[in-house]
Amino acid sequence: MSINSEPSSGSAHAPAGEPPLAPIPYTVLTRTVDTPDTITLSLAPTGSARLAPFVPGQFNMLSRLGHGEAAISISGDPTRPYVLLHTIRLAGLGTQAIASATPGTVLAVRGPYGRGWPLDRARGKDVVVVAGGLGLPPLRPLIYEVFRRRSEFGRFEVIYGARTPSDLVFYSELQQWRYRSDSRFQVTVDAAGRDWYGDVGLVTLRIPDARFDGPNTVAFLCGPEIMMRFAGEALAARGVPPEEIWVSMERNMKCGIGQCGHCQLGPYLLCRDGPVLRYRELAPLFRIRGL
Amino acid sequence: MSASDEPPLETALAAHPFLRGLSPALLREIAGHTERREYGPDVTIAREGDPALEFFLITSGKVGLEMVAPDRPHLTILTLGTGEVFGWSWLTPSHRWRVDARTLKPTQVLVVAGEALRRILEEHPEDGYQFLLRLVPILGQRLDATRLQVLDVHQL
Amino acid sequence: MPEVGSRSVLARAEFPAFLGAIRAAGYEIVGPTVRDGAIVYGPISTPEDLPEGWTDRQDAGQYRLERRSDRALFGYNVGPHSWKKYLFPSRERLFTAHRDGDSFRIAPEPVEERRLAYLGVRACELAAIRIQDRVFVGGAAVDPGYAHRRDNVLLVAVQCGQAGGTCFCASMGTGPAVTDGYDLALTELLRDGRHEFLVDVGTRRGAAVVDGVPMRAAGPDDVRAMQACVARATQSMGRTLDTTGIHDLLVSRPESPEWDDVGRRCLACTNCTMACPTCFCHSTEEVPDLAAERVERWRRWDSCFNLGFSELHTGSVRVTTPTRYRQWLTHKLATWYDQFGSSGCVGCGRCITWCPVGIDITAEVRAIRSAPERRPEAKAP
Repeated sequence: MSINSEPSSGSAHAPAGEPPLAPIPYTVLTRTVDTPDTITLSLAPTGSARLAPFVPGQFNMLSRLGHGEAAISISGDPTRPYVLLHTIRLAGLGTQAIASATPGTVLAVRGPYGRGWPLDRARGKDVVVVAGGLGLPPLRPLIYEVFRRRSEFGRFEVIYGARTPSDLVFYSELQQWRYRSDSRFQVTVDAAGRDWYGDVGLVTLRIPDARFDGPNTVAFLCGPEIMMRFAGEALAARGVPPEEIWVSMERNMKCGIGQCGHCQLGPYLLCRDGPVLRYRELAPLFRIRGL
Repeated sequence: MSASDEPPLETALAAHPFLRGLSPALLREIAGHTERREYGPDVTIAREGDPALEFFLITSGKVGLEMVAPDRPHLTILTLGTGEVFGWSWLTPSHRWRVDARTLKPTQVLVVAGEALRRILEEHPEDGYQFLLRLVPILGQRLDATRLQVLDVHQL
Repeated sequence: MPEVGSRSVLARAEFPAFLGAIRAAGYEIVGPTVRDGAIVYGPISTPEDLPEGWTDRQDAGQYRLERRSDRALFGYNVGPHSWKKYLFPSRERLFTAHRDGDSFRIAPEPVEERRLAYLGVRACELAAIRIQDRVFVGGAAVDPGYAHRRDNVLLVAVQCGQAGGTCFCASMGTGPAVTDGYDLALTELLRDGRHEFLVDVGTRRGAAVVDGVPMRAAGPDDVRAMQACVARATQSMGRTLDTTGIHDLLVSRPESPEWDDVGRRCLACTNCTMACPTCFCHSTEEVPDLAAERVERWRRWDSCFNLGFSELHTGSVRVTTPTRYRQWLTHKLATWYDQFGSSGCVGCGRCITWCPVGIDITAEVRAIRSAPERRPEAKAP
């Protein structure tokens, strides 16, 4: 089934006798602590082997050999695929081992996998990005793309919310983006202390008054599933067609190549049919508990 | 700027997004019970439990609604800016503020006397209904958002 | 050399020569054999290794062997093993990474030298192999281990002459007739005191194997006897499953009260997924050696009935047994179409036979069809 126009890229056929899509060594260049539980690593090829260029919205499988693999979104600039950025949330042992890697450590990487954000559909239209918490890293490559191809699109609205100010990722970059005259960035948090003078309130509250022409808009969403459900509804209420609201979904991943069955979400294998799916297809699935 | 340079209150009310489109007659009556106020930054406009006697329409600036919880000194749970409204407890019996309200930057508001506004809406039921039709969706959105905050969506 | 599509008749007395020809062609034979009170798949050297004169009696949560009144070599249906035991082993090493300074070097897996002949593949099992082919070699990513084993296997199918108590391949359109996908197909014929096998040659590879094995050309009587076998099997199906609109039915009933019902009975023991010939879900794990000089990445069978299968950083998505049963059944019979273009079920009945509490997939589908879409709300008095 064809859901969007972006093809799944990433090498597939390994030569006979070679392991299935064997990982390639990548060395950690830098390690940045974004929030108390989020780390961004930049990686560069250790040797001559390197991954194919990626499309915004795709992910790689990263591993600190011996500690297990994890699917991590690529969060960097797609026009500079030599150095890969990955923003990792500390969850289990696998992600903790990866996130604790210091510069010089070699990680095993394979990818890129998945269908990315279909930005071409937004040509000539307004672009709205709604990100919640750790939903911003998979959207950052898209934001860079929009900046690069700015004249192709109408208005550009970004609404980003996190739980508290200390949970905002890419904070200094956000501050720079807010000064751009060609885009509008709204940053909000769920709750804050006395030292926060920014907005407080869920991202969904910012949608009714955001500046975009609903029927002529393509929206890209990523964040906690419940938040995406309400954000999708709020966007649809503003007239954005449900088939032009794109959501990046998350499920447990093991193989990344459509063979292990873990990433199923109803009829979809997220590593192959997603992780970016259309709100129109997702809306009925959102309501099913424990799908 | 002197009072004579500012547009009349009626015009200012009509220009505010919340009241836009309500009948001029109604707005004229409301204007009779409205005053302009200007606050500097970090000014506490109201405290939870204070008598709630006024309806606020923000014409510029930013206001934070805050909760004081036993285990936390202070928690901002919502910020509101230009074109938004707050302070509706004059409508319901307890008539007490449910939150603290504090300016986060220099803020200008239009303040309508709550008791008078309630009386005007009762005397003009059709207009009163229109007023509630605007208020209820706003409260509905905040309720939805509050529910998501209760779920602490980032942990789920 | 016999032609592809030709039919010959092999006498029982020549069956050892038939096995010998397979071995002479370079294949190790694996097939049905009696062990621990069941017919499982294991190495076959002589006809005596086969379950001669045995049959199986199967029902929900029940399996036992019984003696036949004849000496048929293939007079039973399927046991707890399926051919995925060989094609998609329960544990398989994907690669070994050797430390190389700060970095690592991947050593490719040695290519498996041995070639296997699967003796006794039933129609439902041929269909199951086709279904797993689509998962492991039919998509964008090709699994080299599976592909290699699949390319080098000799499939010797066997026509069922009877259906089992939990069989419903006829409902799923996967049998009982063996139609294609085999190198050789045998139909065991016991009549008029004779014991013979009709041999269908499916491929040139199969033809080359039986070249020189003493057989006579099949005549119309032999073909009729084979067709009678198929008819007997078709008429003795132990179960039926109504597949009318089954995709939309299951996808549209996530709130059916039947899920809670079956979920209360289900133990989430994963027997069904282990026995099922098409279940392919697996996990990967990394195994370092003590000196951390070497890390192996292994693949092992997993099951959607395991709680950790759907784990995210916030917890598992499918926490309860009803949600996990719903996932399994909906995937097997419905969303498999969306993902791989066919049903995931071949009607072999293993999940019914090997469920310790006797949950019957055909009965569950019937229950969902007749149950309301959702539990009716309690009405105010």
